[in-house]
This record gives sequence, structure tokens and C-alpha cells, in this order.
Amino acid sequence: MRMPTIPMQHGLLLAGILFALGTIGLLVRRNLVFTLMSIEIMLNAAGLAFIAAGAHWVQADGQVMFLFILALAASEVSVGLALLLRLYHQHGVLDTDSASEMRG
Amino acid sequence: MLQLTGVIPAIPFFSFLLLAVFGPRMARKALSFIGVGSIAASTIISAIVTAAFIPGPPSGWAYDQVIWRWISVSSFQADIGFYLDALSVVMVLVITFVAFLIHLYSTEYMEGDEGYSRFFAYMNLFVASMVTLVLADNLLLLYLGWEGVGLCSYLLIGFWYTDPANGRAARKAFIVTRVGDTSMVIGLFLIFQRLGTLNIQDLMHRAAQQWPVGAAVAIAAAALLLGGAVGKSAQLPLQTWLPDAMAGPTPTSALIHAATMVTAGVYLIARTHVLFSLAPPVMLAVAVIGAATLLLAGCSALTQRDIKRVLAYSTISQIGYMFLALGVGAWSAAIFHFMTHAFFKALLFLAAGAVIQAQHEEHDIFKMGGLRRMIPITFWAFLISGCALAGLPIITAGFYSKGMILWGAWSSPQGAPALWIAGLVGVLLTSLYIFRVIFVAFFGEAQIPVEHPPRLAKNLPMIVLSVLSIAAGWLNLPPYLGNKLWLDDLLHTSLPALAEKPVGWLTEGWSEGSITAAFVLGLFLAYELYLRHRDATRPLTENALGRAIHEFWYADWGFDFLYDKLFVAPVVWFAQVDKRDFIDKFYDGLAGLSRACYRALSATESGRMRWYAASIVGGTVVFIFIVLIL
Repeated sequence: MRMPTIPMQHGLLLAGILFALGTIGLLVRRNLVFTLMSIEIMLNAAGLAFIAAGAHWVQADGQVMFLFILALAASEVSVGLALLLRLYHQHGVLDTDSASEMRG
Repeated sequence: MLQLTGVIPAIPFFSFLLLAVFGPRMARKALSFIGVGSIAASTIISAIVTAAFIPGPPSGWAYDQVIWRWISVSSFQADIGFYLDALSVVMVLVITFVAFLIHLYSTEYMEGDEGYSRFFAYMNLFVASMVTLVLADNLLLLYLGWEGVGLCSYLLIGFWYTDPANGRAARKAFIVTRVGDTSMVIGLFLIFQRLGTLNIQDLMHRAAQQWPVGAAVAIAAAALLLGGAVGKSAQLPLQTWLPDAMAGPTPTSALIHAATMVTAGVYLIARTHVLFSLAPPVMLAVAVIGAATLLLAGCSALTQRDIKRVLAYSTISQIGYMFLALGVGAWSAAIFHFMTHAFFKALLFLAAGAVIQAQHEEHDIFKMGGLRRMIPITFWAFLISGCALAGLPIITAGFYSKGMILWGAWSSPQGAPALWIAGLVGVLLTSLYIFRVIFVAFFGEAQIPVEHPPRLAKNLPMIVLSVLSIAAGWLNLPPYLGNKLWLDDLLHTSLPALAEKPVGWLTEGWSEGSITAAFVLGLFLAYELYLRHRDATRPLTENALGRAIHEFWYADWGFDFLYDKLFVAPVVWFAQVDKRDFIDKFYDGLAGLSRACYRALSATESGRMRWYAASIVGGTVVFIFIVLIL
């Protein structure tokens, strides 16, 4: 039987809200852990938009793109966590603003 | 043997190249060997050339060696060619020999200096340029040497370039002589345009044929060349650079600013004597410039405290004598005085250099004293050369050459009693100022302990030059001493003899007697004022007039002040105005704008990651807005 379809607009709206939340989190949180999490949320919001669009057009491309985004997110997190550890070693805190002395 | 002429300037030139390229990596001993050895080789070759030239002269007493054609543009030809006649033979021999002695002296004088290789490279280049100047058979090659020696003079005055004052002195020398050089090069253009050649013998030949005596063009050409000579030889009104040129190392002052380069103007006038003979007003100007310069510089020398500045003014004054001789047509007397002056003035500077190094770089004669016993060889060298400078009768060389000049000033058709009197007063001044230095610095109480007393490399050149300061005079024994005018007779093969007019009441013997009297008077005054009563001059400088005159003479008759106000200040003012003109406003604005943009952008680089993220977000929003709405 056909599952009741969720309208694409709903999916996209949710993706937009998630993306906006992630962006706000990225902008307001100074803790690097939360920064990384916000970025994850933004990536997943983008992935959700792909899924929703793929379901709407009945195309596999949306899910393929989501797999790419997952791989990207995994590698991003590994690099991000490594940076996080270095930051903690260097400064003893996870405040991203504490790493601003090079102004780079 | 005369074919070796071209080698004389070539050896120092190649050793200059060697020293300039490899010098900094060579050992001191190798540097000394190359630097001094090249000049020694040049001296030997010029001695060989002289020995071949005088007993067996070529036809016409002149030998022209063209090495190669330098420039050939339609009708304009210039060769690298060397012209050997009695005048250039005497000049080259004196220059290379004195240069050799001074190079030898420099090995000890400069031994502790880090610029050792640079010094010898410059000095070698100088000798090469100077010999080129003297041997050149055309005015263009002469001008090349002329500028070459000017360059070396600039480099060596500013040798210790870390002191800005030395750099200023070097620039002053370069710029002031440039005024004369510009006049000279215009003279060269004029001569080439009117006579179609720059070969010196050809142009003198053509000038004598084409221009009548007193022709306007001859006067213009001679006056323009005189401008160059006045600049190079530090004569009135371009004499201001020479006292400041004493900032260079003392061997430089001895070689360049006393013995050789500053007499290049004298050589130029003697070399082109036909042009000057065609222009009687210019001849008169040469004589008057010489007489005025010798008096003015003599007065200034009286007031200086720096031993080298006394000698610098003395050099200006002695070259004034040479100009006086040239101006009255006593050509060979001028060259004779050049030669004796080269010996005794080089010696004075070398002795002064030894004194300065022995006294912890002290230049002020009033802070010295009692050096007579502490450095006896230097004292005797200074005394002999001082006597030669002042003209100690019969014994020293300076007496004979000055005697010839003064006799020429009296007896020549262009001569005048006023010129003779000026020369005689000059003798008095010379004797007074040089014995002032001798009595103040070498007699009295010792004030500064002696360190670095001169050793062999300093003493040997001083001894040789002491002998020459005496013996060089015997080359021209005047009539009352046997009338053996060897040098005069030799020089008359290339320079015309002095045309004597019926003389008045004065005979040559009485003229020389007057010199003796002036010398003795100067010596006596110096003894009374500076040796017997050490403070005898104080009352003179205590009243207002005396002090004013003292300061006026001390400041070289205010020439520096005048030129500062007249030339330097307007040029600086104009440069300041030009710097702020409206065209620059646009470019200044452009620079200001980009600087402001840079500041604004660099302010955004705060190092805060959230700020960057916000910028990206803001930018993205703006672009989406633009794409969707507009």
C-alpha cells in the first residue's frame, strides 16, 4: 500500500528550520563542541532537503547526495574533533574566541 | 720603448678590476701586493718611458700612440690615444711616483681598516684615471679621465660612509666640481663645432690658423675650459669643496686633494695653452683668479685649527700660484711648481696623517704639542716640507718654483706689479701659517701621549719625499746659481717659453731676495706669536673687529654661507614646492584610498571564528536576496 506522503513543502520547511537553528547555534555558541554540533545540524538539514526533494520527484539522486553528505560529515567531524583536542591542549578551554590571537 | 705608454694606465686599471671583484676574499698581504705592486709597475714603466724619451726624443718631441678608435660617428672621431711629450712625460712620472709612495704609506695607514680592499681598489682606479687624463691625445678621452678622477675623489671622500657628514662632504665635492665640468663639456662642444676635431694638437693647430688673437669664439672656448679647471683645481669661486674634502682618509688627501687631481685644471690650461694665448682677457682672468685665490686661501689657512684644513687651504693657495703662472704665460713655471708642490704637499699630508694617527685621531693642532721629540722622523719630514712650501731660500724646491712664478709675474708682458705683490704677500702668509702649525703642534709641551708611532712603510715614503722636496728644485737652477734650467728646457719643447718684456728696476735676483725677506718675516712673526709667547694672538681676537675677521676667514670668507643662501636654499625650496604640487595630489589620494581600504579590511580580520561565520551567512543572505528579489 502507498504510505501517506508527506508534502515536500513540509520536509523543506523542516530542513529550513533545522538549518536556521544550526546557523544560529554556530553564531552564538563559543564552545567548539557546540560549534561542531551546529555544523552537523546544518549538514543534516541540507541532507533532509535532498531527501525531501528526491522523494517528491521520485528520484534516487537525493538519497545519493545524502550519502555523500554523510561521508563529508564524518570526515568533517574527525578533523573537527582533532582540532578540538589541539585547542584544548593549547588553551585548556574550548572557547573558540580564545584562539583568536593570530587574527587569521 | 715609447710603445709602453699605453701600459701605464692599463696596469692600475686591471688591478682595480681584480681588487674590486676578488678583493674582499683576498688576504691582506695579497691585497697590498696587488694594490701597491700595480702602481710600482706603472712607475717603473713610466720611468722607462721617460728614460727613453728624454735622451732620444721622437721627431718633434712628441709621440702619439693610438690604441684603437673609440668613437666614430660621421665626422666625429675620438681615439683611445696617448700623446707623449715633455709636458705629459713630466706629469706622468711625478704622478705615478708620488702615487706609488702614497700607496706604500697607505699599507700602514689603513692596516686596521675593514675597507682595506675597497680603499686600494679606489686608489688604483684613481691612478688609472689620472694617468689617462694626462696622457690623453684628445679632449674626450681627457674628459673621461677627468670624470674618472672626480668619481674616485667622491668615493674616497665618502670612504667612511657610515658618518653622514662624510657623505655630505663627498656630495659637496662632486656637485661643486660638476658645475665646472658642465662648463668644460660645453667648451668641448663649442670647440668641436667650430674646429671639427677634439684632438688636442689638431685643434690647437686649427685654432691658431682660424682664430685671430682676441676672437670672441676663442675667448668663449678658453673661458669655458677655464670653468672646468677652476672647479677641479678648487680656485675662486669654486674652492669651497676642497676643505670639506678632508673628510677622506689622509693618504687620499695627499694623493688626490693635494698632489695630483686638483692640479688637473693646471694641466688642462697648460695642455691647451694655444687656446688661452688666443684669448688675452681669459689669460688675465686666470692670473687674477690665481692671485686672488692664493691670498684668500692663505688668510683662511691662518685661522684654521684642524691640521688637515690648514693644508687644504694651503693647497688651494699653492694652486693659485700655478694659475698665476699660467695667467702670465709662465707655462713651465706652473708645471715646475706643480712638481715641487706634488712632492712637498704630499709629504705634508703624509706627515700630518702620521701625526693624526699618533695622536688618537686628533686633528686640532692646539691640542697637540711637543711632537718634535716623540716622532722625530715625522717632525723632520713636516719641517722640510713646510720649509719647501714656504720657500726656504736656496735649499728647498718650493723656493725655486715660486721664484720662477714671481719672476714671470713681474717680467712677462701679461704680468703686472700687482700680481707680483700678491704673490709676495702670499709667501709671507704661507710662511706664517705653516710655521704656526709647526710651532704649535711640534714644539711646546706634550699634551697627548703618542701611540702608533710611524713604522717603516710610513717613514720610507716620508724620507724619500723629504729628499725630493729639497732636490727637485735643483732641476731648475736660476741664473745666479749657474743657470742650469734642465726642466725648463725640457718643457719648452712642448710649451712656449716665457716672453720677457724689458723689465723695470727689479732684477730676478732682487725678486728672489724679496721672497726670502717675506719668508723670513713670516717665520719671525710665527716665532713671536706662536712659539715665544704662546698667547700672543689672544689680544688680536679679543676685540670685536679682530674676532669678526677671524671668524670671517675661518669660514672661508663666507663663501659657504653665500652659496647656501644663493644656490642651495632656493633649490631646496623649489624641491619642497615641487614635492607638493597638484599633480601629486591625485596619486597621493589613490595611495590614501587604498590605504583606507586596507585598514578597513584588516579590521575585519579579528581571529573570531563566529564573526567569520556571521560574515559568510550575511554574505549568503545578501546574494540570495539579490538573486531572488532583483
